[in-house]
Amino acid sequence: MATQQTRTLGKLAVSPSVLMLLMWMLVPLSMTIYFSFLRYNLLDPNPICSLLTPGALLDAENRCLAGFSNYSYFLTDPAFFKAMGNSLKLVGWVLAISVASGTLLALLLDQAFYGRGFVRIMMIAPFLVMPTVSALVWQNMLMDPVSGFFAFISKSFGLQPIDWFTYHPLASVIIMVAWQWVPFATLILLTSLQSLDEEQKEAAEMDGTPPLSYFWYIVLPHLIRPMTVVILIETIFLLNVFAEIYVTGTAGPAGNLPFLVYQYGLIANDIGGASAGGIIAVILANIVAFFLMRMIGKNLEA
Amino acid sequence: MGTISLKNARKAFGDVVIIPGASLDIRNGEFVVFVGPSGCGKSTLLRMIAGLEDLTSGAILIDGKDMTEAAPSKRGLSMVFQSYALYPHMSVRGNISFGLKMAGMPKAEIEAKVAKAAATLNLTEYLDRKPRQLSGGQRQRVAIGRAIVRNPEGFLFDEPLSNLDAALRVNMRLEIMQMHKDLGATMIYVTHDQVEAMTMADRIVVLNRGNIEQVGSPLELYNRPDSLFVAGFIGSPKMNLISGKPAEKFDAHTIGIRPEHLGISLKDGTWSAKISLAEHLGADTFLHVDAGPCGMMTVRAAGEYDAAPGAKIFLTPEPDRIHRFDKDGRAIRK
Repeated sequence: MATQQTRTLGKLAVSPSVLMLLMWMLVPLSMTIYFSFLRYNLLDPNPICSLLTPGALLDAENRCLAGFSNYSYFLTDPAFFKAMGNSLKLVGWVLAISVASGTLLALLLDQAFYGRGFVRIMMIAPFLVMPTVSALVWQNMLMDPVSGFFAFISKSFGLQPIDWFTYHPLASVIIMVAWQWVPFATLILLTSLQSLDEEQKEAAEMDGTPPLSYFWYIVLPHLIRPMTVVILIETIFLLNVFAEIYVTGTAGPAGNLPFLVYQYGLIANDIGGASAGGIIAVILANIVAFFLMRMIGKNLEA
Repeated sequence: MGTISLKNARKAFGDVVIIPGASLDIRNGEFVVFVGPSGCGKSTLLRMIAGLEDLTSGAILIDGKDMTEAAPSKRGLSMVFQSYALYPHMSVRGNISFGLKMAGMPKAEIEAKVAKAAATLNLTEYLDRKPRQLSGGQRQRVAIGRAIVRNPEGFLFDEPLSNLDAALRVNMRLEIMQMHKDLGATMIYVTHDQVEAMTMADRIVVLNRGNIEQVGSPLELYNRPDSLFVAGFIGSPKMNLISGKPAEKFDAHTIGIRPEHLGISLKDGTWSAKISLAEHLGADTFLHVDAGPCGMMTVRAAGEYDAAPGAKIFLTPEPDRIHRFDKDGRAIRK
């Protein structure tokens, strides 16, 4: 990219993808923003306030323009705070569980043992299961209080089976989602472990480092970078968890922000309110992303 | 005291024998160099002494105590790795002090030791830097510092200079030799570079396919190589090895004569040869010549030698500098 010509050519060459991406992002975003300022409900018996009637905005009583009322309604909804709390709890717990057990599993899989290749492949399997499927499997085969496997274990010890989805709905969702994301963390941390310099291990051995100190002083600092990457990527996806909540029907006690938006839009048919909720979710996600990027940026520099 | 003895130390991975059985006595304060071509087992032997590789059989005695099964950190040895193996996220101070910290030494004592090591190695102003902010030579010094502070009986160097450029290598070589003089500790140094071996060693151990071919001082190996392998490996440029008819005249299967022990004459000599190439180094001129039945040979001419390719010269070996070998490659002594 040295000469003016190659630079121009370069810009020209990437322009289609840039335009495509802009459209991909900007069109839905601007439509959502537009809807969020409308009084737009599909159950309105006189639905003049929709995109299909272009003159609607010029309605004499200005009925269709909602101003910020969609936002204030969404933000003052008690369900919003609950959903927000659930979102944060879900993200936080799943991150903690998947990074911690991912690290332990990666340490285990880094050891040589018989059948390691097979175990590694099996390890990745949960990540490949569709969320809806995993939710159904967990709900019906494992956590069911009557016919589930956990209930069987409880009963065989003479204990009362736990009715997971009734009494611990959020914990159930966290367990299911964590199960799906542990392999991802394991995989990334394992590759990173394998890139740990062999001579560094030996140097630590010469220095007489006991196993726990070795982990703390040598392995953990080496894993910090991949851990931040895992945290960033998982956060993006965990903020969007939907299927597990939808399928297991734990929306009431365990519903998160995306689920609340879904309830506004597709249950209450309030397109304007759902759009406002969507925009609020985008803003919150950006705040989280801002702090995450700063944290990771610092780590990647070091 | 730092004596190290190998008693028939053997290393094999299944059927693959790396070290068939090495026996060696290293005296206290000695600078011993393991030298040999790539894959000759010299690093493996060093790692066996360090405790990073198990012995298949045999024993290792350090200070007269059997250390065959001892953990690396219990052997009282420090190692400097080829890649330096510094801990990347620790400062220079952290790297140097890590071993002491693991040994549970009090903080003040660690500080004093690190400061002393840093002062000897000119690292004082870099103590708070991370390894990646240092140059290759400085990293090398940190690796040495890490070895020094533990105050070991012996130092093990695994090709420590091979990642440095030529000029720096000569400097570091001198520094390591100086360090050896100052500390008086036993040092074992692995290299594939015979120049390093010749310049640094009190004694050289030449290894070939896991076998110890010969042990001796640099000049012993230079003057009295036990085998063809040692003869060909020690010395630069390599010794000329001649077999067949010309060798039979000397009652040997193969004879060897170093380039610097061949006399050049334009009029007469033992062998006639044709110059095919000349390397002018200023102080010396190396002539690559085609000596007919003797094959290609290298000859050293002192100073600047005006040689034209294709010119005919005569070569005469210094009679007491001819090395004779039997057909198994062992030296024939008079």
